[in-house]
Amino acid sequence: MVTHGKSSVTRVTERTVWRTATVASVAHPSRSLAILRLEIPDRPAHLPGQHYVVRLTAEDGYTASRSYSVASSPRVPTVELAVEMLPDGEVSGYLTEVVTPGDELEVRGPIGGWFIWDATTPAVGIGGGTGVVPLVCMLRYATEVGRADLLRLAVSARSLPDLPYADELAAAGALVAITRRPTVPPARPTGRLTAADLAPLMTEGATYFVCGSAVFAEAVTQLLVDLGVPAGAIKVERFGPSG
Amino acid sequence: MAGPTRGFLGRHRGPDDVRLPPGQYDVGDGWPVLTAEATPRLVPERWTMTLDGLVANPMTWTWAEMHALPQTTYQGDIHCVTTWSKLGTSFTGVSVDVLLEAAQPLGTATHVLATSTTGYTTNLPIEDVQDGKAWVVWDHEGQPLTPEHGGPVRLLVPHLYFWKSAKWVTRLTFLDHDQRGFWEQNGYHDRGDPWKEQRYQGD
Repeated sequence: MVTHGKSSVTRVTERTVWRTATVASVAHPSRSLAILRLEIPDRPAHLPGQHYVVRLTAEDGYTASRSYSVASSPRVPTVELAVEMLPDGEVSGYLTEVVTPGDELEVRGPIGGWFIWDATTPAVGIGGGTGVVPLVCMLRYATEVGRADLLRLAVSARSLPDLPYADELAAAGALVAITRRPTVPPARPTGRLTAADLAPLMTEGATYFVCGSAVFAEAVTQLLVDLGVPAGAIKVERFGPSG
Repeated sequence: MAGPTRGFLGRHRGPDDVRLPPGQYDVGDGWPVLTAEATPRLVPERWTMTLDGLVANPMTWTWAEMHALPQTTYQGDIHCVTTWSKLGTSFTGVSVDVLLEAAQPLGTATHVLATSTTGYTTNLPIEDVQDGKAWVVWDHEGQPLTPEHGGPVRLLVPHLYFWKSAKWVTRLTFLDHDQRGFWEQNGYHDRGDPWKEQRYQGD
């Protein structure tokens, strides 16, 4: 694949060394969400689905680190992370409220050799809330390499403002399920994803990427298993309360 | 940059922090779920626990046979590589020492590969499952383990990051070499000592 950054085949230690990223831009598409674009010199290229760890250090040496999936395609020069502000989130609070362009952040990555997709085989991505972020990376990359036909998407959130990249996902044909507050004339009745939503997405030989809260991931994987998807074809990334 | 991050204060640091390994935070009463696979629905009566590989007596226990073994309760802390720790929790089951006494690992055995019913694997040095450091557990704080936390039964190796505590464990295979498991093949550390912050290969 053609990518920014070095070859995608890199030694593990090259991906786990701490690097200094410079914040190129910060956007706030909604009150609780920040989109950070980072310049990371000499970084290894990532695969869609991988994440970075961000580590913050206080004056007294105390550190806190959290993982964030990459939203940007491997082909663009900066690394884009979407951060949701969580209640009392010491890292998410900093990244959504304090960080400004020009700030330096310690990062390591890209990390993850399991929840990854290279746009050469069929895939179904099902994401809840900020769990859509790695799927957005998959979508962008697949579109760029001309294989968007291989990817089917269903995404869900409490309301449209809680769904990062909602417009981009909807424009790409993703099924969008809003569970609580309809904010536009709903194309689909308000409510959680159901078996009837997912059945049309099922694809022979596909890998199913499920990403979201523990409750979301549990519900979706059970729906898929009940629909006859082999458990071995389901890859799950669960977001805990990780502050 | 090795210095502080501009404007970062971090959470309040309290007296319990001595129990938190570096880079960890206290999740309180919560218990996040982290799994890479669909949660299996295991029928306890069809589950078995096997010790094999470099052992004098390969052994398999049924659910009922496991419960007839002497039970012990671990009381203490657990630490997940995703940076949460859960302090002062408890698990009940059988010490791996009891299983080792029956199976008798050979002197050539140096490592263990734990395997789950899902095919999940994780590797451990043999020292990390001996001498009161590891259990096969089915109760958490007096209640049956729920499926998403590994129920009906999981491995518990609380002094290492929690991905070593394989959910739905069904087999411990003794080897004369270290054979990387699921997360370890994907870049995570072979030992995973939270006090040394061994999160990824190379740490």
